[in-house]
Amino acid sequence: MIQSTAPLDSADSGQARRSDSPMPKKRRRRYAKSSILARGEPMVWLTGGSLVLCVGMIISLIALILYQGGTTFWPGKILSFKTVNGTVVQGEITRSSSVTYTPEIISGLDPKTKEKVEAEVAKGNKTGHRRLVRTGNFDLTNTHFEWIDNNSIQEEQEPEWLVLLERRSWGRFYGIPKALKRNDEVIAEGPEATWKAFQENHTEVYEGVERFIGVQKYDFGRIHKSLEKSRLRLKSIELEHGIESAEYREGQKKLQEETNATKSEEARLNEELALLKKKNSELTMTLVTAGGQEATVPLAEIVRGVASNQLNTSGRLGLYFERWWEFLFDDPREANSEGGIWPALVGTVIMTLLMSAAVVPFGILAALYLREYAKAGFVVSTIRIAINNLAGVPSIVFGVFGLGFFCYIVGSGIDEMFFQENLPNPTYGKGGVLWASATLALLTLPVVIVATEEAIAAVPGSMREGSYACGASKWQTIQRIVLPRALPGIMTGFILAMARGAGEVAPLMLVGVVKLAPELPIDSVAPFLHPERSFMHLGFHIYDVGFQSQNSEAAKPMVYTTTLLLISIIAGLNLVAIWVRGRLRRRFIKTEI
Amino acid sequence: MKTQVPRSELPDEEARGRLEGIVNDQSQPGSETQSPEPVVRQNVQQQEAGRLEAIQRGETFEPEIHDCVRQEEHVLNVDGFSFWYGDKQALFDINMPIPKGKITAIIGPSGCGKSTLLRSINRLNGLLADTRHQGDILLNGDSVYGKSVDVIQLRKRMGMVFQKSNPFPMSIFENVVYPLRVDGERDKKVLNEVCIQSLKGSALYDEVQDRIQDSALGLSGGQQQRLCIARAIAGEPEVLLMDEPCSALDPVATIKIEDLMQDLKGEYSIVIVTHNMQQASRVSDYCAFMYLGRLVEYGPTGDLFTNPILPETADYVSGRFG
Repeated sequence: MIQSTAPLDSADSGQARRSDSPMPKKRRRRYAKSSILARGEPMVWLTGGSLVLCVGMIISLIALILYQGGTTFWPGKILSFKTVNGTVVQGEITRSSSVTYTPEIISGLDPKTKEKVEAEVAKGNKTGHRRLVRTGNFDLTNTHFEWIDNNSIQEEQEPEWLVLLERRSWGRFYGIPKALKRNDEVIAEGPEATWKAFQENHTEVYEGVERFIGVQKYDFGRIHKSLEKSRLRLKSIELEHGIESAEYREGQKKLQEETNATKSEEARLNEELALLKKKNSELTMTLVTAGGQEATVPLAEIVRGVASNQLNTSGRLGLYFERWWEFLFDDPREANSEGGIWPALVGTVIMTLLMSAAVVPFGILAALYLREYAKAGFVVSTIRIAINNLAGVPSIVFGVFGLGFFCYIVGSGIDEMFFQENLPNPTYGKGGVLWASATLALLTLPVVIVATEEAIAAVPGSMREGSYACGASKWQTIQRIVLPRALPGIMTGFILAMARGAGEVAPLMLVGVVKLAPELPIDSVAPFLHPERSFMHLGFHIYDVGFQSQNSEAAKPMVYTTTLLLISIIAGLNLVAIWVRGRLRRRFIKTEI
Repeated sequence: MKTQVPRSELPDEEARGRLEGIVNDQSQPGSETQSPEPVVRQNVQQQEAGRLEAIQRGETFEPEIHDCVRQEEHVLNVDGFSFWYGDKQALFDINMPIPKGKITAIIGPSGCGKSTLLRSINRLNGLLADTRHQGDILLNGDSVYGKSVDVIQLRKRMGMVFQKSNPFPMSIFENVVYPLRVDGERDKKVLNEVCIQSLKGSALYDEVQDRIQDSALGLSGGQQQRLCIARAIAGEPEVLLMDEPCSALDPVATIKIEDLMQDLKGEYSIVIVTHNMQQASRVSDYCAFMYLGRLVEYGPTGDLFTNPILPETADYVSGRFG
């Protein structure tokens, strides 16, 4: 202490001496007055302003996603527009925008609207409004959306019986119900009666269709799988004993028996399917569309029918949550642009958990060695720099590495050893949730190592010494004192890793994410977790739906809702981790008294 | 921590040292059987300049060790021990027997190597990089620095209390039984008994008995330090090392710890390093004065404080220097 204050004292006195001489003092003063840096306030504004800018950008991003994602499923009114040139446009308003009438735009308008617009422009109103109407009925009109200029509207209505049908294919349908038929026999006529009959019958048909899909997907899937298994068993017998052996012949006989048994089962299921199909296709609904056309929609095609214009607020709320439920827990339809995202949700969560399970132990062990055992020196600092640099490597590079190393080398090796009978079809030698997790673990490893190292370094030396003085060995000290005390810091690294890993998309495209995965990586068939399977991921889903979809305007709401969900999942996982960290901190690190 | 004696004070010091040296020499002729008479005689000039000055210049003196120290039964025996941090030598050929069942205080100005000596006893300094040593320390006759010594087992025979209380981030119970835990003791009954015994031994039991499973980090500073003492005595050590145990505590807590040391004395041999001369005189039976890595004088506390052999010691204990 004495020593450290001494130089300060001398420095002070030196300064005092200097300021005694008049010249420098004067110059200094003048300089200080004119310097913006010498006065604190501008710096406060600069730093504060930067912070406000950052926070503002983040908040507006989140607000946009919240608004767009949150309002997607809200059932709007279905409007019917009669335009000045006699056509009728029906549908929900998706968004509106203002338009500035330039000669090019005016020349593109239909003649009657053009007249009106030109009159407006002559009056000096150079801007107008237009609205994007989701008209649906793609199978009839070849378009999902239509821009409609406010100047071209002659009449705007909310017809009571204009209903919305969400279909299994071809997207939405808007029309007024006319008749409900069972095998060409009319059982209800007129909008009200037809709608009532539809609602009475729809649930049954819907369940029938679900059953149909279930039989197709699960029952047949099960049969084929067990058959495939037997075939693979035979193949492995062949590989082991040769094709001439008695074992092989016996296996062949067994397989034949199984195939026969399967055949009868298959026939039974086919019969059931045919029956279901016939029953499901019995009912059809005829509707009148905007163009005055009549269209017939089989009830089996309809997921949900909504008479939007008759709904009160609670009805709308109910429908809103019903749609969220469907979105969260259903399979996607229509090239992912409709339906739910359940597989992507499951895939993301499982991948993130597997990644964490891989990266955290590895990262901690590596950091422990670096900090506790390695002798500080050139090699260790080189390794440390390398690890830090690894954090800056573009993620796609990790994807390429993961594909080359995990899938093609490790995965193929595993296939050679354990899944030979399945070759040349790869089991592990292709992208899968395991390899994706491993790749992301590699990607996030530097984050965990750096955070853990810092946490370990922050453990007070006095605690270690206390432990050693009690006769604890190095490992006992690490295990009982250092690790518990460093745990909150390690959790910070874990949180950062998770946030980075869960949001990563680019490398995943190479190592196992697919547009549509037929099976979840987790299911009720032993061994329950299937790490070799490809999976769907929310991040990739956003990319796929938003930019690879045929109908990008219709997919846009899906993009926002999926983004909202992805952000919520990451935020949720982080919140849990932060809560755990807080608990650990309270337990292991108290503020000094 | 390199700390030097403030240079501005040295001239006065020098003069006083010279003066009192003469007075002492006359008043106690031949009373110091172990005094390095020949060395002093050969360096009359230096002796006049003061022994501490000479030590600063790097000269070697035999320490003044009072006879009665040697007559005690010894728990520790520092035997020609030197220690280096890198190139810097911190201890110079220390020879120092430490009596059993007594409190031995080591005093001296900052940087005199008293903490280094204490931490060398349980080889905590060996954990630092780039240190080396010479000589040996004997714990009840067993070598501390011998080649085949298991340092983990060795540390289990000593307890240590640090300057800043360092309770572990676990419950009070786990803190106290930590030495047994790392020793592999799992018997709940034994652990419980030791915990209660140690807490009683460190006079903490009454204050914490109803929250023994609570976190130790919730205790006050003084309680934490007594908890550390409980932890240090839980392993029934042969010697208890205390490195300025009260320097971070308020006077009330300090008195509690000092009383506690008096209670522990006899059952345990205590070596305490302290900055506080009053504390040394209050609690210790024997006292050693160190300066710049050398033992200067070592004897019964009463003698050292009231009737030291060396004038420099008298200066230091009376606060005229250091």
